[in-house]
Order: sequence, then structure tokens, then C-alpha cells
Amino acid sequence: MSERIRLLVDGKPSELDADPAMPLLYALRADLGLANPKFGCGLAQCGACTVHVDGRPTRSCVTPVGTVRGKKITTLAGLGTPDKPHPLQTAYIDEQVPQCGYCLSGWMMTAAALLRDTPKPSDRQIRQALGGLKCRCGTHMAILRAVKRAAGTKA
Amino acid sequence: MTHAHLSRRAFLGTGALVIGFMMAGTLGRALGQAAETLGGKPPLTPDELDSWIAVLPDGRVTAFFGKMDMGQGVDVAIGQIVADELDVAFDRVAVMMGDTAFTCNQGGASGSTGVQRGGVTLRAAAAEARRILLERAAQKLSVPMTDLIVQDGIVAVASDRRRRVSYGELVDGQYFHHKLEWNKQYGNTLSAKGRANPKKASEYKIVGTSIPQKIVADKIYGRLQYVTDVRVDGMLHARVIRPPTAGCGPVAVDESSIGAISGARVIRERDLVAVVAEREWDAVRAATALKVTWTSPCTPFPPMETLHDHIRRAAAIGGAVPVSKGDVDAALKTAHRVIEAEYEWPLQSHASMGPACAVADVRADGATLWTGSQKPHYGRNGVAKLVGLPPESVRAIWVPGPGSYGRNDAGDAALDAALLSKLTGKPVRVQYMRHEGTGWDPKGPAAVYRARAGLDAQGTVVAYDFFGKGFSRQDVATTESDPKDTLAGQLTGFAPKPTVIFQVPAEAYDFANKRCGWECIAPLLDRASPLRTGHLRDPLGPETHFASESFIDEVAHAAGVDPVAFRLRYVSDPRHVAVIRAAAEKAGWNTRAYPNPRRGKGNVMVGRGVSYTERNGTIVAVVADVEVDRRSGRVWAKRFTVAHDCGLIINPKGLELTIEGNVVQALSRTLYEEVVFDRDRVLSVDWTSYPILEVQDAPERIDVVLINRPDVASSGAGEPSTRTVPAAIANAIFDATGVRLRRVPITPERVRAALARA
Repeated sequence: MSERIRLLVDGKPSELDADPAMPLLYALRADLGLANPKFGCGLAQCGACTVHVDGRPTRSCVTPVGTVRGKKITTLAGLGTPDKPHPLQTAYIDEQVPQCGYCLSGWMMTAAALLRDTPKPSDRQIRQALGGLKCRCGTHMAILRAVKRAAGTKA
Repeated sequence: MTHAHLSRRAFLGTGALVIGFMMAGTLGRALGQAAETLGGKPPLTPDELDSWIAVLPDGRVTAFFGKMDMGQGVDVAIGQIVADELDVAFDRVAVMMGDTAFTCNQGGASGSTGVQRGGVTLRAAAAEARRILLERAAQKLSVPMTDLIVQDGIVAVASDRRRRVSYGELVDGQYFHHKLEWNKQYGNTLSAKGRANPKKASEYKIVGTSIPQKIVADKIYGRLQYVTDVRVDGMLHARVIRPPTAGCGPVAVDESSIGAISGARVIRERDLVAVVAEREWDAVRAATALKVTWTSPCTPFPPMETLHDHIRRAAAIGGAVPVSKGDVDAALKTAHRVIEAEYEWPLQSHASMGPACAVADVRADGATLWTGSQKPHYGRNGVAKLVGLPPESVRAIWVPGPGSYGRNDAGDAALDAALLSKLTGKPVRVQYMRHEGTGWDPKGPAAVYRARAGLDAQGTVVAYDFFGKGFSRQDVATTESDPKDTLAGQLTGFAPKPTVIFQVPAEAYDFANKRCGWECIAPLLDRASPLRTGHLRDPLGPETHFASESFIDEVAHAAGVDPVAFRLRYVSDPRHVAVIRAAAEKAGWNTRAYPNPRRGKGNVMVGRGVSYTERNGTIVAVVADVEVDRRSGRVWAKRFTVAHDCGLIINPKGLELTIEGNVVQALSRTLYEEVVFDRDRVLSVDWTSYPILEVQDAPERIDVVLINRPDVASSGAGEPSTRTVPAAIANAIFDATGVRLRRVPITPERVRAALARA
């Protein structure tokens, strides 16, 4: 059942032997040793495992690894770095958004796609785009502030 | 300050384990090197100054904190306190916490006491270290101590600042070897101090400033390692198999059912069944594929719709009347009018962002535990007892977990991992699946409250009678220090033994006759139960004060008095009065008829509600502004205004964000959260069956008024505002609709039904 699978993650090519039906999340975490996409539910209900697949926010916990061969996968760590941060990362640090921080991949990768497609979203558009994501610590107010700050629309 | 996560190798320079913990900056490594070069450290006991403060040769300082931060930045506050007492720059202080090899047991994260209790000893230790250093400097510089000044760890003669010596030179690479006075207690009540008097609040320069959390950047760049990321050489991945119905045990396990999954195997110890595999995905698949025959279901639970009647009817297993003033019964008899109401709160889940994870390496002569539990010292004790090792030979290392708001599933995962490691002879990583995280965590207790108040002809309260009855907040203890309080223990022969503990409202209403009491009922099941209750953020706080502060509102309404004015009429403590006034003022509260005569004629009705509570010295008032949609029943808590007095404020921005989190989590618990179950199992097993707040329903704004009391010792902030929120919402709904919702969660269905009845 195991197959050789090539992945392109955060700009780096890698290969692994895996069952193509295995969720991408397990390939990223267990095989590639990446820490930042998280296992939250395994059911695509929370967003903690979110990565971009060819730019689209995707729940890696329900995405078979065999379906993303040759596609461009970006994780939160690939969104930006301290030297070259994504505006959302700067805004999240300025707003001191996270508490436990386990949910961040969902909120940040989804918001990054939103800001790419809609650079100046309204409050309503932000809330709609981020719908379905979970944050148990209740940092929603800071999340909204950070997205608006990154978009340059913060009141 | 640096958030110090130290690997065993980095700190001790020995051992084969290499854990890739993130070490922010270089201080972690510097600490490790320092620990190696210093040598001769005295034993890790609270009566040694070296157990709390280390000054490195280069003048940097490590504070060893025996409580925990769960994301709100308590460690930053501790760093501020230590830096101020020692007169060193904040960036020179690293706070280390959560490792039993380097910190004394101050109780872990518990009861919002990180600063309130934990900070007291750290402050005293830092002050004592400074006193010793100044004593040495005085000797070295041949001047009296009173002639010395300290600036960023440099001690100088005030009249001739060229005569100076640094802390680093004064410690000269040595430990202090200095005794403190210790009260011989561990946990929250641990107290240790030296001869030095800590500074006055007016002398603080760093305390009171909004220093950000550096660890936030590690989270944002996806480079912080969580407990779920710990990897140990030779480690097996495990998944546990919980009984499909509560109270069942395994009769037979068909190991051939996972034969096709190479490398996966079954581990069983009495009623605990698990699968292990070298690859995580194999363990996950095996857990799904494994066929287990279970004993036939018992039906331990009442029909869910009768839960609160069960609580009313069930025999009490304990109770108390902590507040009893005057003659309530007589006053009620002669009262002009008696107001009565009952309130109900459901079972709730921690539903942490991710299910718990732990890694354990149990060997014949000792064990290491990596845990996300907020009380790693107790985890060490629990593991030691479960696997039969002395606690000193077990080291627990906290690594940030997927959220922690009390005794969640992290405590169970720790002991599961330890037992499985012992049974397999290998390091084992246990991670729960979502259905275990939500379905099998200890639950926040359900309760019923009955309140009565007597008014005289003038509308004055002459009697107040408040009585709560429900499950104990500790079917399982607040720590995992005893296997009887964990699933691993309960499934392998340690019988659960609940503690009977409940709560009465905390406020300062001065009624002439006042009585507040409680009773607890037995757990629904006498063995490992998915409905066992335990500490969930502000244990019983939201439950009790939803009832008490809703009721105060009902009494105010009956008396025909504005709800803010009514509260102020019975509260005289100036701090309490100031908090209530501050919230009302900031919210723009004006006296008007109640419920809202201008609620709106369309489908959306608007209203406001107030609530006020106290918790271990912290006083909070909340005003909620809500919109209620007449057709859908949806409640939107549009705005919250919070006034908060926790004494001396250490870090205003951190405090504000902490309060925001409390408010939003409490909002979620009030409007959405209820554990659903049938006669033999919990049906709330994921985010669909246990919904929490969605961002669409987050408020438009939360305004926080921080009341700083530099002359009052800091009290807690991690929980107190949680309990104030539910009644503020319910009272605002009443203002908007004229209808009283007395049962949580206040779902759209319940709102619609209540409006239809009205």
C-alpha cells in the first residue's frame, strides 16, 4: 500500500513512503517533522491543521497525502519568517493574539488567503471568512484586531 | 525576559535524550552552561534561595517558578516582579517553570494564584538575593549598604559611581547557599521568604508596564514545540480505546483484527486497552480497526432531559451552609413579598483546542514525563504511584499543550503514557483523538440553584436565601497526583474517591438576613466515567453566579429599582462600589425603566444587563449589551464593559487580554455549551456535537476598565471575570425581551420557546 510520495512543502522538496490515503497532516508532522500544523480534531471541524495547497486553505487532517503530489504546500512556518514576516505575523505579534496558540494555523492561514484575495475586508467579510475556525482560549477579539491591523483597516 | 524551555541535555549536559525544545534566544543555553559550571547546587527545597533565584556569572538571572503560565503571560509578570526587586533589566531575567528537576512545587496553574501566591515567594526570594548581593558589595567596596545604589545589576557607591561591582562579580559563579524561612508546605500555600523587605509599590519601575510575551513570536512563526511535538528515540505511538458505553469493561480483544497493520499491537492492563505502533498513523488506524467485545451496557445516566430533576431528587452526600446571618426563615415569613426562582446549569467540557498528549519514558530506575498538564509536579507524583517508583526518581517536564483551563484530559494522558511505557518497556507517546478529548475529559459540574428573597413594603430586601445543589466540582481531584483520579488508575484497580466540594456566591451584599448553602450529589457512575466532574475554569463560578446575579436582577426588578442602583444599595465596601460604578459609567449606564421600554419594534430587540462578583479578592463588574432576534432566537452579545480590580496590576496589557479571553470563553459557555448524553454514553464528542462560540458571534467590542490598587497585594485574574459574564448576558436578555432565561446554555431554541410562552 505504501508508495513513494514527493511533496513540496514551504519551498522544500521532500519524499516519503506512505499510504496515499494517509492524511497529509501525518506526513507533515510525523514524516517531515514539522510542528506547526496541529492535530485538533481530525474531522476538518476546527482548522488547527490548516495549510495552503496551491494557495488554498486546506484542512490537512482530512486531505489524503496522495492527492497533493506536486502541489505547493505552505505551512504557517512558510508564511513568513522573523526576517521577512507576513503582515499578519507582524500584526499578530503586535496584538499579542494567542494564548495557548494551538489554533493559530487555522486562523492565520485562512486570513492570509482572505487578505490576498480581499486586501481590505470589512468586519463582516473577515468574520465570514474565518467562520468555522475554533479558538478555545477566546482570543477572537485580538484575532479580529490583528487581521484589521494587517489589512491596514484597524480603527 | 526569556521563556526558558530547557532540554535535559542543555541543562544537565548528560543523558541520551535529545528533545528539540525551542530555546528562545541564547539564554537557555547560557543557563545550561551555567548549571554545569556552577556545580554543588544545594538540594531543590523551598528553604534554599538557590531553588528560586540564580545569578549567572554574566549578570543574567534565572527565576525558578513553581507555578505555570497557560498562555496569559504569568511568567512575564513573574519576570517583571523579579527584575524590579533585583534592580536588573527585564531582558536579563529568564523565568523557568514546569520542570520538576528545577522548580519547587508551588501548585502549578491553580485558582488564578500565579501572581497572587506564586509571585509572593518569587518576590521575597529576589529581594533576599538583592540584600545578600548588596551586603557583599558593601564589604567589597568598604561602604555601608545604605550608601549603595543598584542599576541593572551594577552596584555602585552613590557618592562615587566609579566605585562599582556587578552582580556577576559578586556571585562569582557560585550558588548563594542561603536558607530561607519556609512554611513547610508545598502547593498553592507554599511560602518562603528571607529577611529582606520587598520594595514598596511606589518603587516599582517594571511592574505596571505592558511588557509583551516573547513566546508569542515563536507561536506565530510556527516554531514553538508543543507537547504534541515531543519525540524521543525509540518511542511508540499509542492510542487508547475507551469503552463505547460508560461503565463497560473489555471481555475479549481480537488481536487479529489489526493483524493487517504491520507493527501495531494491543496492550491491555485490566480494563485499559490501547494499541501501540512505531508510526502514528498505524496506531490511529489500529485503534479504529481493533475489535473489542465489551460487557453489556449498563445505563448509568438519567435521561438527559431529566438531569436537573435527578439533581433535585438525588440524596445529598454532603453539604454546608457557609453563610448564615440573622433569621432568614422568620424574615421570609413576615416579608411583604417573596421572590423565588430556580436556575440550571449543564455539564460542560473543557473541549481543549486539541485532545491531550503526553510522552513518558518509564524505566526500572526512574521515569521522565513530558506533559501539557498545568500541574506537572502532581503529574510526577501520580506517575510515580502508578508505575511504582519513588517520586524523586520521576521527572516531569511541562511542554505547552493544546490549551488548559483546569483539570482537563492532560492529567489522564500523562498517566496513560506512563502505564503504557511501563508495559511496553519503551518511551510511549499517547495522543487522544477528538472524541476522547471532548467525550472523556472531566466535566464542569451541572447544578440547580434555588433562590428566595423577601421584600418589605418599601421594597427593601429583608431576607435572602440561596441554595445550590449539584455534582461536586471534584469527582476527580484537581490534580493527577493520585491514580484514583485518572482514567488509567480507575481502569486498573484504583477506585475513584470523590471529594465533596461545592460553592456559594462570592459578593458583598449586606442583607439583614442572609443564608447561602449547598449540597452535593453522588457521581452518576462509581467507576471511570465520561461524566465525572472536575475543575473547569473558575470551578462552579459561572454556575453559581449565573444563578445568584440573575436572581439579584430579578429582585431588583421586583423592587422596581434600577439594577445598578439596587446593587449599590446593598454593597458598602469601597472597592466593590468603585468597580460597579466604573463598569456602569464606562458602559454609559443611565437609569431608566427595566425591562427596556425602547427595546425595538422590529425583529431585533436590544437590552443591557449588569452583573458583579468577587473571587478571592478580585472584584469584577460586567455590563453586557445584547441583541435578541425575535424570529431566530439568536442572542448576540454585542458589547461587554468590564471593570476589574485585582489589586496591584503587574502588566496592564496582559491583564486586559486575559480578561478578554475570560469574557469570550464565558460567553461561549453561556450561549452554546452543553454536554449531550444518553443513558449510557456521552454524545458530545466533537465540535459539531459540542459547539462553542464562532467568530461570527464574537462581540463587536469589549471595553475593559482596569482599576489599579498599588497598595493592595495582587489577586488573581485568570478566572475571576469568567463568573461575572453569564448573568450579565441573561439580565440583558431580560431587559431586551422582558423574558427571563434561567437555564444555560441560552440557545436560540430556548429563547424562541421562552418568547413564545411570554
